[in-house]
Amino acid sequence: MSFIDIHGLKKSFGPVTVVHDFHLAVERGEFVSFLGPSGCGKTTILRMIAGFETATAGSIAIDGKQVAHLPPAKRDVGMVFQAYALFPNMTVAQNIAFGLRVAKKSAAEIRTRVGEMLDLIKLPQLGDRYPYQLSGGQQQRVALARAIAVKPQVLLLDEPLSALDAKIRVSLREEIRALQKELGITTIFVTHDQEEALSMSDRIVVLNEGRAEQVGTPFEVYNFPRTRFVASFVGTLNLMTAVVVDATAGRLTLDGRDVATAKPIVGRRAGDEVTVALRPEAVNLGDGTAQSDTLPGIVEDVAFLGAVVRIRIRLDAQTITLDSFNQPSVALPKQGEAVKLSFAREDLLVLDGDA
Amino acid sequence: MKKSTFGPWLAMILGAAYFLIPLIGTLEFSMRMKRGVYSFEAYKVVLGDPRFQESFSYSVMLALVTIAIGVLLVVPTAYWVQLRLPKLRPVVEFVTLLPLVIPAIVIVFGYLRMYNSQSWLPLTDTRRGTDLLLAFGYVTLALPYMYRSVDTGLRAIDVRTLTEAAESLGAGWATILFRVIFPNIRSAILSGAFLTFAIVIGEFTFAALLDRPAFGPYLQLVGANRAYEPAALAIIAFVVTWACMGLIQVFGAARGTGSKS
Repeated sequence: MSFIDIHGLKKSFGPVTVVHDFHLAVERGEFVSFLGPSGCGKTTILRMIAGFETATAGSIAIDGKQVAHLPPAKRDVGMVFQAYALFPNMTVAQNIAFGLRVAKKSAAEIRTRVGEMLDLIKLPQLGDRYPYQLSGGQQQRVALARAIAVKPQVLLLDEPLSALDAKIRVSLREEIRALQKELGITTIFVTHDQEEALSMSDRIVVLNEGRAEQVGTPFEVYNFPRTRFVASFVGTLNLMTAVVVDATAGRLTLDGRDVATAKPIVGRRAGDEVTVALRPEAVNLGDGTAQSDTLPGIVEDVAFLGAVVRIRIRLDAQTITLDSFNQPSVALPKQGEAVKLSFAREDLLVLDGDA
Repeated sequence: MKKSTFGPWLAMILGAAYFLIPLIGTLEFSMRMKRGVYSFEAYKVVLGDPRFQESFSYSVMLALVTIAIGVLLVVPTAYWVQLRLPKLRPVVEFVTLLPLVIPAIVIVFGYLRMYNSQSWLPLTDTRRGTDLLLAFGYVTLALPYMYRSVDTGLRAIDVRTLTEAAESLGAGWATILFRVIFPNIRSAILSGAFLTFAIVIGEFTFAALLDRPAFGPYLQLVGANRAYEPAALAIIAFVVTWACMGLIQVFGAARGTGSKS
């Protein structure tokens, strides 16, 4: 049995259902991210786990114990909010001590634990400051310390980095991940930022319109997206329409040209239209090997992005974008130039669902 | 081109004169008790009057009781409305405004009808009961001011997130209210409290009709029978009210908030 077991979770607000039949099993010590656009239901699921929303249907078990009927205070779940939610009337130390005082720990124990937490978040000198005297990044670290000071079974992070500027986000996400690994605390992290999810998570749950579209490791979700939504939401992707020629052999036509995938196309027949996906970094200029697909095209646009050059090539009716490392010694193709592009067959993915 | 400031200054001077001239006149008159010289004789007489001390102490005590009841009634109500029943806000706001449109005399007659010695809850049978009834009446009178102050304070903080943060740390409702919500709307509660204090200190109708020895009826009694003392009392009442307003400003500005980027 998993540490967190979510089964058939559903949430409706009046006639509108925002979470549909959601299932998830999280192992002890795992870091799982809920990734999706605004309104996809990720925060609602998190709030149901925390106890701030009541599920319309389904069950939530933590360490084998059903918690759906318990109030938030009885769930032993720590939560960090996007808006920090530090108590403005309390100092940093008092904020961290709040949960310990509620749990009626001894003064000595509270003092020791607060000191440990301040060291852990690298703010040992700021215990006497008030929240308004701290920067956003410092406030969020205090919020994190406050949540983990009481040693909860599960840590829930609701877009904790969204309100911070880009540089602090990167450093803080590394700190959060390091802390999580050090403490071994089971964590669920909500974000709409794919980079955060990819860099921090053991597994990612990609959500769309209240449904889990795909659950997998960052590697799986990025490299083998199962649906058109996952493919388009996680990373940049070329999405094209192709027609199946021979499903067993994995052969298709793309803008009238023959291409092939490395695997048979499951559940499709000859003549079916399918959506195929190809990462820009998987496409190369020039002829490929015998195991590659090669297509001719005309360069439509060349965009210089610093370390990367993004080239858009028109095939016939469809276009394909490729990313190439910027190498000053290699000349870039010019707009309107006829070129050939190639990609490995394993990189051409046929997505689930209709084209 | 520089705009002329003559108009605004004129308006301000006229406005100030409208309020200050009667006050200066009252102050000047209150100091003329001794013939031929200005003195604080009237103030000495008033402050030395045992009935002044008794009625003022009584009203201060009643104001404190009113504030305590008002805070305990209004803060949880406004908090709950904001957190769980936001759709009820217009209804609650309407109810809290009723004391402004229903005259005090109507309210007190209603109370006398409801709580007289023949009623199911004969509060007017005893002095303590009547004092309690008077305090409840003052809570009603001060409700529009107390509710608005507290509601404004609650809107200034993220009540929902703070509540959820406290809940996730294991806190129950009493802990959340007294350790998280109350301290963070302290200045709003104090504003409401000082307004309540100012209302109670000068209130006449409730105290007179319930026959209680409050400061308002004393003011009326002295005003009807003496010459200089009523002017001195009026100035004292103004000073008390202004002190309350000043304290609202002091506590309102005391807590600077904001975040470093």
